[in-house]
Amino acid sequence: MSVLIDAITPVLGSDFRRDEGLHPSSIVSYIVSREKFAEASKAMKKAHALLAAEWAADETLFGRGFGIYACYRWGAEYLIIKTEAPLDDANFPSLTKNFLPAYRFERQIHSLMGVTPAGHPDLRPWIKFEDWPEDAWPLRKSFDASKPMPRVFGEYKFVRAEGEGVYEIPVGPVHAGIIEPGHFRFQAVGEDILNLEERLGYVHKGIEKRFESLSWHEGSRLAGRVSGDTTIAHSLAYCMALETMTGCKVPERAQWLRALFLERERIANHLGDLGAICNDAAFAFMLYQMSRLREIMLRTNHKLFGHRFMMDRIIPGGVTVDIDSEGKELILEELRKLLKEFNKLVIIYDENSSLEDRVRDTGILIPDKARDICAVGIVARASGLNLDCRTQNPFPPYDRVEVNVPVLISGDVHARAWVRVEEVRESIRIIRRILETLPSGGISAECGIPSPDASGFSAVEGWRGEIIYWLQAGPDGGINRCMARDPSSVNWLGLEQAVLGNIVPDFPLCNKSFNQSYSGHDL
Amino acid sequence: MIRILKQIIRTGIVTEELPPEVDAEITETGAKLEEAIKKRFRRSLTIRQVDAGSCNGCELEIHAINNPIYNCERFGIHFTASPRFADMLLVTGPVTRNMEIALHRTYNSTPSPKFVVAVGDCGCSGGIFGESYASIGSVDKVIPVDAYIPGCPPTPAAILNGILKAVGER
Repeated sequence: MSVLIDAITPVLGSDFRRDEGLHPSSIVSYIVSREKFAEASKAMKKAHALLAAEWAADETLFGRGFGIYACYRWGAEYLIIKTEAPLDDANFPSLTKNFLPAYRFERQIHSLMGVTPAGHPDLRPWIKFEDWPEDAWPLRKSFDASKPMPRVFGEYKFVRAEGEGVYEIPVGPVHAGIIEPGHFRFQAVGEDILNLEERLGYVHKGIEKRFESLSWHEGSRLAGRVSGDTTIAHSLAYCMALETMTGCKVPERAQWLRALFLERERIANHLGDLGAICNDAAFAFMLYQMSRLREIMLRTNHKLFGHRFMMDRIIPGGVTVDIDSEGKELILEELRKLLKEFNKLVIIYDENSSLEDRVRDTGILIPDKARDICAVGIVARASGLNLDCRTQNPFPPYDRVEVNVPVLISGDVHARAWVRVEEVRESIRIIRRILETLPSGGISAECGIPSPDASGFSAVEGWRGEIIYWLQAGPDGGINRCMARDPSSVNWLGLEQAVLGNIVPDFPLCNKSFNQSYSGHDL
Repeated sequence: MIRILKQIIRTGIVTEELPPEVDAEITETGAKLEEAIKKRFRRSLTIRQVDAGSCNGCELEIHAINNPIYNCERFGIHFTASPRFADMLLVTGPVTRNMEIALHRTYNSTPSPKFVVAVGDCGCSGGIFGESYASIGSVDKVIPVDAYIPGCPPTPAAILNGILKAVGER
């Protein structure tokens, strides 16, 4: 029996209906009144569920108002609760009392859709900047996205700390390294961080709105560019959501190849991260060694699949590239060499006491807090939460490939690094298994077009963690709304918590160990 | 420590001659360029990279030109943390509305004479994100651009080649 449905049924009574338009049918979605929306979240909290995502959709083209959706997760189960708000009374009860991540989800809904979460403690704009016109709500259908917006005067009020010796350090948006832009505001006493406030949104490119002007097929290209380092996982999540809506049967071989790409993306990114973490602890040796290994992987990708990051190799209905026996041999040989070198480097990491001094007990995100912010992915697994879509919500072929999920509880920089170490080894094992069992057959199928008002949901474990897509088809059969939730949308909250009490010079190290996406968050 | 030294010795120097597809071109531009960089920049071309709204794909490849295999420092190229020390801005796009002011400020903080190189399809033309309420589009809509390196993302070899060419042509 389903834990979430059992928990919610007594609260809802008879005051709900099931959303029949949602695919896949294994995921239940209830439409409830606005009062019940908040009550449902209380029941979810009691059932120890996590809030995976919260978003709004403009459904005026269907003759409705706004749809507000909250997606809960408990273990392998997802449950979506939807409520509706009319156009002239655009508000809904805030879930912030029960779920911390709702804090940013709802600020985003308020800023970009213009629907007010009643009872939200902090309605400063998020992603929307203070120099946007106040009534610019780009996700509304009435908004003309093709025109540039005028700049207006406005001021963003940062959280302040006052007292003797308290000072403020503003950092960004243009950072010192080759990284994405974002702003961090520290309040510090001496070297100790009292508070960190993130201010993101600098790379807001209007991706969600852009989806609405693209065809379903072009959508997968855009999804592959939500966050360039996660191109495989994002395009996969998009395609899976679309395929559930059209009932497309992806050939088995394509499913296995997708998993192959996903694991290769995981290894390449983890290698880069491990090097970068060590580099921020002044151990440049590891950066160069790891980036060398990473380069080896990217070159194999280029040779076999025609692109170093394998962008656009996943399309609705399947994949665009196949692998032959020579290619398999090449990968196996590459992995054999890679693993040998990698293991040597891990020993060096492990035995280096000055490195250990920096990474252990630094930037701790304790398990309770990780739960509170509903963290996902590497960050969650380094803080004691056993969450991984590959094992809990296995999409093919993960229902047939065993995945061992490393979970550590110390929640420090070392734990986040070590989860990556274990995952590199595990992914190498998974790739070998995939190459052994790769079924024969075609690599793509006709995907088709979804029917109006259908919606599709998918969750994919990218290298950062769980990525969620929710697609809705409009009355004309085009994309009415595409909600993309990168792991960064929730995990950025974890960084704010983890650096408290640490010293300012350790911030880059903590930040690197999280390595969240700016682009995936800002959209 | 012994292990570290052993690994370093075992690894040796992995810096490569550039891959064949650009090799012919690059040895030529490279040779000319080393000359130009030596003369014009006293052996050092300093670059400030600015992400003005990219998806992070281009950044990964710009990172890669720093890795030991491409090793851009052999040409006298290195990256700086401040625009005040920079000879060249390497800008990825599309330029978002929210980054426009920051990009202007970075440009103004860079001492003249300066080069601006737009990297990636989005930096060159706006790419798949195009122009909208949130995206201004190509870098040259905001600041003057001297050279373009297209690609989604351009490979490290293409980036290196593009930088060298930009310096050589000027």
